[in-house]
Amino acid sequence: MIRLENVNKSFGDLKVLNDISITFESGKTNLIIGQSGSGKTVLLKSIIGLHDVDNGAIYYNDRNFTELNHKGKKEIRKEMGMVFQGGALFDSLNVKENVKFPLDMFSTMSEKEKNKRVEFCLDRVNIKNANHLFPAEISGGMQKRVAIARAIALNPKYLFCDEPNSGLDPVTAIVIDNLIQEITKEFNMTTIINTHDMNSVMEIGEKILFISKGYKAWEGNKDQIFNTKNQALNDFVFASDLFKNIKKST
Amino acid sequence: MNLFEHVGKFSRFLLLVLSKPEKGKIFFSQIVREIHKLGINSIGIVVIISLFMGAVITLQTAYNMLNPLLPDYLVGYTTRESMLLEFSSTIVGLILAGKVGSNIASEIGSMRVTEQIDALEIMGINSANHLILPKIVAAIFINPFLYVLSVFVGILGGLAAGYLTSTVAVSEFIYGIQYGFIPYYITYSLIKTAVFAFIITAVPSYYGYYVKGGALEVGKASTKAVVNSSILILLANVILTQILLK
Repeated sequence: MIRLENVNKSFGDLKVLNDISITFESGKTNLIIGQSGSGKTVLLKSIIGLHDVDNGAIYYNDRNFTELNHKGKKEIRKEMGMVFQGGALFDSLNVKENVKFPLDMFSTMSEKEKNKRVEFCLDRVNIKNANHLFPAEISGGMQKRVAIARAIALNPKYLFCDEPNSGLDPVTAIVIDNLIQEITKEFNMTTIINTHDMNSVMEIGEKILFISKGYKAWEGNKDQIFNTKNQALNDFVFASDLFKNIKKST
Repeated sequence: MNLFEHVGKFSRFLLLVLSKPEKGKIFFSQIVREIHKLGINSIGIVVIISLFMGAVITLQTAYNMLNPLLPDYLVGYTTRESMLLEFSSTIVGLILAGKVGSNIASEIGSMRVTEQIDALEIMGINSANHLILPKIVAAIFINPFLYVLSVFVGILGGLAAGYLTSTVAVSEFIYGIQYGFIPYYITYSLIKTAVFAFIITAVPSYYGYYVKGGALEVGKASTKAVVNSSILILLANVILTQILLK
């Protein structure tokens, strides 16, 4: 579980996050949605500690991440996995080496055990016969799946995904969404996904935080989103004719 | 950003870089990889440039020594001193600042803009230390070997040029390269080479590590890295020469 209490963040005079409070539950896919520039990437980066918050608290279970020293933060980071928007696979390492990298750095496993774990993770994301390929030699969808495999290599308690299906075709995007949801349930992780893809919201939005202009504007789930009276959320979710028609038909 | 801000930021950056590596085994394997990338891959350019520069120094010295009172062996002596004292350390350093420096700045910069550095940080890894310390250690280790190679090849180039153009006899040239030899000059140049190796790796890494934006900014960072590391090499050359040859 990750709990945010009155999180604020500014860049100079520009206030990006205003008093954000929410609890992200474990075993669920938690989504942060909002328009471009609404502050969702800053919020995600603040949760994982890439940005220091101005004030407020971020709890990982009962540990206040914002008050921890460098060593304490490092320990929590070993429990995190992250899937970046572009995959962020290491260019100089092949698929197998990318997934093995966290194990090499932090595990005490033998070489045989590491290889077995890499095989398991790659198999879990349906990557076969690609161990020797480099990131530049595989498709965007495969890169995302390898990034997920790398993120779960150390059995993380917390999984973060920054727009995991951006730039992917609708079919691959759904595969990635479902894969993240399955893994979340299988390993009982606290998963936070940053997205503005409405298909993802409807598919896997078990808990949704909607941010508008740096404020928490709405909190709920994919079933509640259809009946919301929140104007900003309605404008965001039902921006396209397709979703307007779906809403009318329901 | 002004000079003092850069100095402060660079000092903080160095504190991050010069900390204890996460895993010794991985650190040493990275050093070996960097020795290959930064050093072994630079042998070709060092050999070619040193060979021709040695030849040109010989020909120019011979061309300017028309006075019959000046002995021919001075051509060999001048070639050796030029290669030993200045060319093989400073000029090769400047050339490597262009080749290796731009490579490092663009590599680290690309890793920054494609979030690979963020990925390392999320894993709890000190990304500056993990990516940059092996480069610095590798360059400080391998560049003195490149210096020795450059001196050797440069003198060989001078000998060949003198022989092929009949400007200086081989025996005179060989006598010249042994004449008035001061071993301390090698120590002096090796110290310079090690300092330049640090500049060539640390400065471009700094520019690459803090790049913001996209491919255009990576290109700009790469250019800044080469220009500023070249200036720093020249400045360090003056300071070290004053200190070490006093």
